[in-house]
Amino acid sequence: MIRSDVLRDIAPVIRDHLVVCNIGLPSQELHLLDDQPTNFYMLGTMGLSSSIGLGLALAQNKKVISIDGDGSVLTNFGTLPTIANNVADNYILLIIDNGSYGSTGDQPTYAGKKTSLTAVAKACGCETVIECQASETKDVLEKALASNKMTIIVCKCESGNIKVPVITMDPVVIRDRFMKAVQA
Amino acid sequence: MSIHTKIVDDLVANDISFVTTVPCKQLAGVIDEIEARPEIYHIPSNKEDEGMGLCAGAFMGGKRPAIIMQNTAIGVTINTLATLTQFYRMPLPMLISYRGELREPVACQVEMAVHTKALLAQLNIPTYHFHRESDANELDAILKYTFMCNKPVAILTDASFWGGYGDQ
Repeated sequence: MIRSDVLRDIAPVIRDHLVVCNIGLPSQELHLLDDQPTNFYMLGTMGLSSSIGLGLALAQNKKVISIDGDGSVLTNFGTLPTIANNVADNYILLIIDNGSYGSTGDQPTYAGKKTSLTAVAKACGCETVIECQASETKDVLEKALASNKMTIIVCKCESGNIKVPVITMDPVVIRDRFMKAVQA
Repeated sequence: MSIHTKIVDDLVANDISFVTTVPCKQLAGVIDEIEARPEIYHIPSNKEDEGMGLCAGAFMGGKRPAIIMQNTAIGVTINTLATLTQFYRMPLPMLISYRGELREPVACQVEMAVHTKALLAQLNIPTYHFHRESDANELDAILKYTFMCNKPVAILTDASFWGGYGDQ
């Protein structure tokens, strides 16, 4: 399974929750598969999906799922200690780890080589860290949502992309629609 | 009242309840005061762009955020300011220690000081410079302005404003 297969699988699970989605293809794929007002699409700013999601989870009570990638977590490595030390039990960080920078041509990341993001997250102090295979992601995510515990999920999947159009929605429209969904 | 108390009183009076900080010697008193206030959730960041991501999330969650950092962070955060805070039109007061100005003991700080105002101007970020302690009387109005216009706004605070660096 590649990332878009994982997103297709989990779409029915994340639809009812606030989702902050990573820059580039992940946002474009989610937008194509299941556009929802509860989705915040990042159009730029690589690395900050986990930070935006954590800030959102700390500011209000609804459940928040940050969809991130291994490359983006590597870009903003400082996020993991911040998450570990500011526990929000309404927060799930889903790292779709395909071992590559998918949006830029599938160049390999260090997470696909010697570096284990699961081990790093644990070493940073994150208490509930689950590594799973792509096909298990939906089940693991459902259980994490039901547990009401802050959870980091590292989903190991294959590298690869589908053809998707860019998101042309204005960023202020994305933000306004999302904030209305947060308040609803 | 200390200047630290006055600054944090103004944050609280403007309903700012989520503050991220990356420390600076000059900002230590303000950071201590923020940590002590029950009205504010204080979340230290490891890097300033991470902090701006946290603030963006908190804002969308209904809280008024602020970031406290050094001016060297302008070099770190230009992409985040342009593609997140400004692109999505989010308010963000940035209380910044303006290192490398008069009375600065560390030469390297001057290297970013000379770029600070030019970079902020290039980004069209409204910028205020506190040089004397009485300049802080404008902070309340600056905070109201920030949340009125939904923009990042910079408040540069130099060594003279903080009363120098103490014994060097």
